[in-house]
Amino acid sequence: MTDKTVTVRFFARLREELGTEQLTLAISGHQTVGDLLAELAGRGGPWAQLQGDQPVMIAINQAMAKSSAPIRAGDEVAFFPPVTGG
Amino acid sequence: MISIQTEDFDAGAEYLALRDSGAGTGAIASFTGLVRDSGDTQDVSGLFLEHYPGMTEQVIASLIEEASQRWDVRKARVIHRVGQLQLQDQIVFVGVCSAHRADAFAACQFIMDALKTSAPFWKKELSETGEHWVEQKASDVARGEAWNK
Repeated sequence: MTDKTVTVRFFARLREELGTEQLTLAISGHQTVGDLLAELAGRGGPWAQLQGDQPVMIAINQAMAKSSAPIRAGDEVAFFPPVTGG
Repeated sequence: MISIQTEDFDAGAEYLALRDSGAGTGAIASFTGLVRDSGDTQDVSGLFLEHYPGMTEQVIASLIEEASQRWDVRKARVIHRVGQLQLQDQIVFVGVCSAHRADAFAACQFIMDALKTSAPFWKKELSETGEHWVEQKASDVARGEAWNK
């Protein structure tokens, strides 16, 4: 095991459909947050929607990020649907 | 000042607080959003609002900062409710004090438009027939992007 982990959080429709609010994942071998997203999508079932037709927004340490953004141990990554407040 | 809260707010009290922003203020513009009975689905009976604690406040603070750089903003107030809301409940309040009306209107509308497309809130519509996570609207995205032109 490694202590090189990131916290991954899910919100709204994704949180409900994945049945998951938060995960801790090892990131050895992951260069970008897109790599992490692809790994999670590879779990299949509802997880495939992370790389499906519907857009998935990404935040790293509570700031919006692109899938090409690098991730580092200790980061808080979040995946969520487009926002609909106001 | 920014508040994310489950409880209701008193828009009148917020207006009075905005008035107390110095003799340089000549205009106050505010917006209040309410829970409406139709959206993506008909016969909406209420809403559930979720947010990303921490990020939400940071995003709204950056929007107020951007508004302050673009227009004369003496004071700004944003309140957004989360959790379970009923029809006609207040959802959101944005209030801005400026020297002049044009800046007050613009800053208030900018904060509201940008909040809708960048602050991490999600609405779920509740109705007799079930629940539905609201989809982001292209018209809202267009309104948000129009401020960048």
